[in-house]
Amino acid sequence: MSPSPEAIAVGAILFVVIAAYALFGGADFGGGIWDLLAGGAERGAAPRELIDESITPVWEANHVWLIFILVLLWTSFPPAFAAIMTALFVPLSLSLLGIMLRGAGFAFRHTAQRLELRQLTGAAFAAASLITPFFMGTIVGAVATGRVPVHPAGNVLAAWTSATAILTGFLFVAACGYISAVFLVIEAQQRGHQDLTRYFSRRATAAGLVTGPLAGATFAEMSASAPYVFNRLTGIALPLVAVSIAGGVAVLGLLWLRWYHALFLRATAAIAVAAVVCGWGLAQYPFLFPASLTLAVGSAPTASLVAELIVTGLALLLVAPGFALLYYLHQRRMLTEADSDADLRLAAHVGQAGLPGQAGQASGTAPAPGPASARSRTTTGLVLALLTIRAIREMLARSRRR
Amino acid sequence: MGALAHVLAVDPVPARSQMGSSLGFHIILACFGIAFAAVTMIAEWIGIRRGDAAALLLARRWSKVMAVLVAVGAVSGTVMSYEMGLLWPGLMGRFGAAIGVPFSIEGIFFFLEAIFVGVYLYGWRRLPPWVHWWSGMPIVVGGILGALSVVAANSWMNSPAGFTLRDGKITSVSPVSVFFNAATPYETTHMLLAAYMVTGFLVAGVYAVGLLRGRRDRYHRLGFAIPFTVAGIAAPLQVMMGDVIARFVATNQPVKFAAMEYVPRTTRDAPEWLGGIFINGHVYFGAAIPAFDSILVGFSPHTKVIGWDSVPAAQRPPLVTLIHLSFNVMIGMGLFLFALAAWQGWWWWFHRRLLLTPWFLVPSAVSGVAAVTAMEAGWVVTEVGRQPWIVYRVLLVRDAVTPAAGVPVTLGVILSLYAVLTVVSIGIPLIMSRRWRQQPAAEEDAEQVPYGPSPAWAATTGTAPATGTGTPAAMGTASTAGTAASAATGQATTGPDSQ
Repeated sequence: MSPSPEAIAVGAILFVVIAAYALFGGADFGGGIWDLLAGGAERGAAPRELIDESITPVWEANHVWLIFILVLLWTSFPPAFAAIMTALFVPLSLSLLGIMLRGAGFAFRHTAQRLELRQLTGAAFAAASLITPFFMGTIVGAVATGRVPVHPAGNVLAAWTSATAILTGFLFVAACGYISAVFLVIEAQQRGHQDLTRYFSRRATAAGLVTGPLAGATFAEMSASAPYVFNRLTGIALPLVAVSIAGGVAVLGLLWLRWYHALFLRATAAIAVAAVVCGWGLAQYPFLFPASLTLAVGSAPTASLVAELIVTGLALLLVAPGFALLYYLHQRRMLTEADSDADLRLAAHVGQAGLPGQAGQASGTAPAPGPASARSRTTTGLVLALLTIRAIREMLARSRRR
Repeated sequence: MGALAHVLAVDPVPARSQMGSSLGFHIILACFGIAFAAVTMIAEWIGIRRGDAAALLLARRWSKVMAVLVAVGAVSGTVMSYEMGLLWPGLMGRFGAAIGVPFSIEGIFFFLEAIFVGVYLYGWRRLPPWVHWWSGMPIVVGGILGALSVVAANSWMNSPAGFTLRDGKITSVSPVSVFFNAATPYETTHMLLAAYMVTGFLVAGVYAVGLLRGRRDRYHRLGFAIPFTVAGIAAPLQVMMGDVIARFVATNQPVKFAAMEYVPRTTRDAPEWLGGIFINGHVYFGAAIPAFDSILVGFSPHTKVIGWDSVPAAQRPPLVTLIHLSFNVMIGMGLFLFALAAWQGWWWWFHRRLLLTPWFLVPSAVSGVAAVTAMEAGWVVTEVGRQPWIVYRVLLVRDAVTPAAGVPVTLGVILSLYAVLTVVSIGIPLIMSRRWRQQPAAEEDAEQVPYGPSPAWAATTGTAPATGTGTPAAMGTASTAGTAASAATGQATTGPDSQ
């Protein structure tokens, strides 16, 4: 039985969303890792500022990709979702713990003033940035190796503690650090911080040099533990793997040449990550769990899949322009918590408008209207009362009819 | 020991407790996610439109509180989505294709909300005023539509529709019927109004305390009046809606309704019990209004009200006392809030100024707590009242719970983390407000953001010209205008009552 075109389409979308989360969410997690490694309060102040500034306005929107993954999975492939959630209860709970700590640390570090408190919330944020990608990696490893049973009777520890799964966990952490450092190079460059550009350029290179061998080791391990995926990765999905490797090498080259081109560098790094995620998706086809659960058996009825496709279309229509606006404003640094009122345009506006005689000119609006006259108030009251009485009578009549 | 482990592994009670506490925590923050942006935008609208510096200052400060609450809400919302699978794989594996549809639609709106929260919260400084105001609009619309979708998923569990089962497996789904099931219009409206009431009354309560302490300037009066008006409009609608919903539940989920109203046996002339504890077929310590329940259900004392004897004992909800008392608490609190809103509305209609006597302000100060209590009680009624079903009359909770061991552990972790989060979610706004009182408005940003850009950076980037200039005059003299604005806000916060 071959999978329906709808199931294939939704599956493809799922992997695109996973790639997006790996990129945007991964970059935010990586920021936390570099925050953790930035050193003492004084030495690490400058990079921490940059990390914070580049993550704060966008992390929540980036986080929604994860929600989308969960929702797509449970609506379109319910048996797979249920099996993953049961068998991998432990790593999922731990990654959730990381997400909780991270969000809480994030929410509160901005308002914590005392240094100890700031360090505590900062530590929660940074530690969580390690925990979450690691356990997500083990989950991916467990699925790719086909060790998640279709009808698990409980936790399956062996599924996510295999060498491949643990290596995938480390690979995820390294990849997050890598993608984040590359993005931060551009952030620093655009803000004109030469020293920070170099700082993150060195870290991006280091992370790239760790990620590459880790990926290689995971790949080698998979030849024994995940033969199906391995064969497809070296077969039909090989071009994607090659693109990913080429992208990774190209980024290292760009960094070495110090050619910090905003679009080029980011796009190359993004391709390196997205290609390998899509390669994984292609390698799994036509299985949800390699060799045990196929797309055809594990997918929801067609109407649900079509609903997901429509939702994705709507999301593209509504969310894509929103994201474009958010990143555009963020790139132009319109979204800041600057520390003086000098550029507070709104206050400036009102300050002008508040001055007598300038109100109309400055704000371009008429002066505030006065209170309504007594007669119009009575009329409004009567109309409102009539409407209310009608509504109540209508409702009573309806309930009686039922 | 083995027996205990077995009980912990298959008994749904830990999982239910975890889901319940997660929902109970998340729903308060969700209310702020749904309604706080609207309240803030009203203040901002007044601020820009009328050049009211006090209103603008309120809006800016509220958006800072919103940043904290929305972040915590995003986290607790993620916990909920994980828990759908971690705790109830039996539900998601079998019915994910149906219940997932409203969740997917919610995903779009959550996306929209999260994106524009980023723009709105961090765009105060550089965006032109009206552009900034409009950037809040998607948060309001997304909040309402998102809440609608997610509550539609819950109402589907109460009133399942839109799918065909064959051998316990879903074979076809009608997404539209899933989304617009019979309970959707009732539950979603109820929750939306609740969100506006909780947010409005909680925020108004904060300023009621300030007013009681003698801070009667325009800043505090506006800070009270704006959210109170929002909640006050929602309150009477909620009372009307609640009455309609009760009748819907009486026909759609009669056993739940029987537990809510203590109707053990199907009967005419059913009495309305106020309070009371149900033990062994008797109601103790309760007051009964004869035949009033029948009147409420069908406008006649002879209306037949279905009791819980209509189903076998195994299909009746447990803890009827809890369900009934929660129902009573919800109604009591709702009527109290309605009375409070009507009192202020009456005064405003005839006197055209705010009623700010201690007799009014003291109950207003606790109105937020009352609204939260009412909402939590309402969720207890609907969720406990649905037991033992997870999908009403289709799937038992027992068959949906995870077989994975370890739920008691995660329950403990979740409870302790939520305790910390609760303390901090309340503590941070308190600390913020103390800080705001102690220092002039112009300086607060410098101290708020330990990781923010340093003054040197602001000097290089802050004066860079921006596109879409709405106020050329203001931009040209940015620094002087900023000073003027901070002077104006300073005056507004400390100035005398200028009614």
